[in-house]
Amino acid sequence: MKIRSFAAMLATAVALPLGAASAADLEVTHWWTSGGEAAAVAELAKAFDATGNHWVDGAIAGSGGTARPIMISRITGGDPMGATQFNHGRQAEELVQAGLMRDLTDVATREKWKEIIKPASLLDSCTIDGKIYCAPVNIHSWQWLWLSNAAFKTAGVDVPKNWDEFVAAAPALEKAGIVPLAVGGQPWQAAGAFDVLMVAIAGKDTFQKVFGDKDEEVAAGPEIAKVFKAADDARRMSKGTNVQDWNQATNMVITGKAGGQIMGDWAQGEFALAGQKAGTDYTCLPGLGVNEIISTGGDAFYFPLLKDEEKSKAQEALASTLLDPKTQVAFNLKKGSLPVRGDVDLAAANDCMKKGLDILAKGNVIQGTDQLLSADSQKQKEDLFSEFFANSSITPEDAQKRFADIIANAE
Amino acid sequence: MAGYTQGSGRPNQWLRNLNAKIASVPMILTAVVIFLGGTIWTVVYSFTNSKLLPRLSFVGLDQYERLWDAPRWLVSVQNLAIYGIFSLIFSLVIGFVLAALMDQKIRFENTFRTIMLYPFALSFIVTGLVWQWLLNPEFGIQSVVRSAGWESFTFDPLYNADIVIYGILIAALWQGTGLVMCLMLAGLRGIDEDIWKAARVDGIPMWKTYIFVVIPMMRGVFITTLVIIASGIVKVYDLVVAQTSGGPGIASEVPAKYVYDYMFQAQNLGQGFAASTMMLITVAIIIVPWAYLEFGGGRKHV
Repeated sequence: MKIRSFAAMLATAVALPLGAASAADLEVTHWWTSGGEAAAVAELAKAFDATGNHWVDGAIAGSGGTARPIMISRITGGDPMGATQFNHGRQAEELVQAGLMRDLTDVATREKWKEIIKPASLLDSCTIDGKIYCAPVNIHSWQWLWLSNAAFKTAGVDVPKNWDEFVAAAPALEKAGIVPLAVGGQPWQAAGAFDVLMVAIAGKDTFQKVFGDKDEEVAAGPEIAKVFKAADDARRMSKGTNVQDWNQATNMVITGKAGGQIMGDWAQGEFALAGQKAGTDYTCLPGLGVNEIISTGGDAFYFPLLKDEEKSKAQEALASTLLDPKTQVAFNLKKGSLPVRGDVDLAAANDCMKKGLDILAKGNVIQGTDQLLSADSQKQKEDLFSEFFANSSITPEDAQKRFADIIANAE
Repeated sequence: MAGYTQGSGRPNQWLRNLNAKIASVPMILTAVVIFLGGTIWTVVYSFTNSKLLPRLSFVGLDQYERLWDAPRWLVSVQNLAIYGIFSLIFSLVIGFVLAALMDQKIRFENTFRTIMLYPFALSFIVTGLVWQWLLNPEFGIQSVVRSAGWESFTFDPLYNADIVIYGILIAALWQGTGLVMCLMLAGLRGIDEDIWKAARVDGIPMWKTYIFVVIPMMRGVFITTLVIIASGIVKVYDLVVAQTSGGPGIASEVPAKYVYDYMFQAQNLGQGFAASTMMLITVAIIIVPWAYLEFGGGRKHV
């Protein structure tokens, strides 16, 4: 009896780690930690667990700027996870070139990613030297202005329909003790807001010339001067925000402490979590109500090259799960982002998401700055704009000069 | 020098205390390979255009030119200078005054000493968070004073770009002075009681005794303290991250944060290495003359 139970104990001790390996636990790292994001990532985990594998959640708090260095040093340091989130674009470029990431071309051809993924530029960002290295999961666009209907009611003005009306309404909001525009202290928020203003005010072509072609002349020219003028307005309107994280800034809009926020469509998840309804509680203006164009940045999953065969198989399973129509719908509804395939039904989408889908269907899209610029240039831009937004002694002209320098040196 | 004397009567100098020498081999190797090797490696790669991964393609001084053109680096250096000078002066002065007060044979000395030293037991991250809350205008000191009736009271250093570095300094002093006090107290206890008696007999006032007699006698303690404080200053990073993350804007950036951000967030190792080499040079400029005065200059040390 004793011996048998001892043997059983031994057996379980041996079987447990073996069993765990054959069911393939896959650690997936990401930086989706706000309320709406966590709800969305739970959908991915559920779908992946249904394939018989196990999703080991590796959430890293503190947004991409904190999470990416950890992810990269784990991959380069020889302790790779099963899969990891990056933004569409060039963040993982060098990891791929160094041969640390797994080639997904087989899975992609088997599942016809080339035909289902829309817009095609998403798959292009995953493609390096003709091979596909990532599975896009969603499209996030930056170009949204979120407005609190309650705040404008308190101030006694109509909810603006575009950026100019918003700027005009700012004094009334300030008089009512409301911060007109919430801009959190994280550097990427200020840089992102500027990019949004650029698309809205200078238009798609100028945006492409500056960030796509790195045209220094245009960056120093009169079109961009107008954008800096608007950024100056935004800077004045954002005074008194005093929060760090983007979701805290969104929360100011939700609670009516701020009039509006320029933020990507991921903010929508926060409104949904707070039980607010698009149209009645808050208003969204794509392209700031001026130029209805959205960028197609977003998130993709990359798969480090692993030696373990079971895990490599699980990686394939995860890659196809991520693009499964059902997962796409469930995930993106919670996340507030748009699906990467054009053939899924998003009947449950709210007004704002439908606006986004419309714009996407019309093809009024641009590539995100993460896709166009290197991480280095992005960081320099962040430094510039976080300083610009916090320090009113920098004139728009000086800032534009420094901006043109960054563009001139960008690769 | 003596190691080369190979007299038949005396054993080889190199073989004396052999056990101790063998035991220190791992530490010597660590120091040489990791500290020295890593330092040289970093300096060499700071002349390359390495991005995410180190690559040996040299670009001369490009990284340094870009570094000294970057407004953020200049702000960082300026902040470090302000933070360094003030934290050095204040932690020495406050630490010494506290220690001198403690040395007056007061009651409950143990209790006070524990209270003063407690902040040092907290990590910089915790200290930073606590002070971020205390200095937050919405629910920190400002709101407490305002709710007590002084409506126009404003105290929000962390949200004012001009004085944010002093907000960080407050937290650093709160955390660090306790340790300085303890070191100083140990130094004061080492002063012979007879000195005090002699000073009293001569009718020298107490403050004069401290400044002209006791402090010069505590030279060793002061130097130890100085090195501890100075090394803490150059590497200040976590406190800033916890309190302001460099904000508002870039007003409270420090060099160590520049290094981290450019190495890992901007994926530009070359730029990060150039910045860390500059930090190394700063430390060398401070340490080398001091070490020369202390250990070199003909003075023999055992």
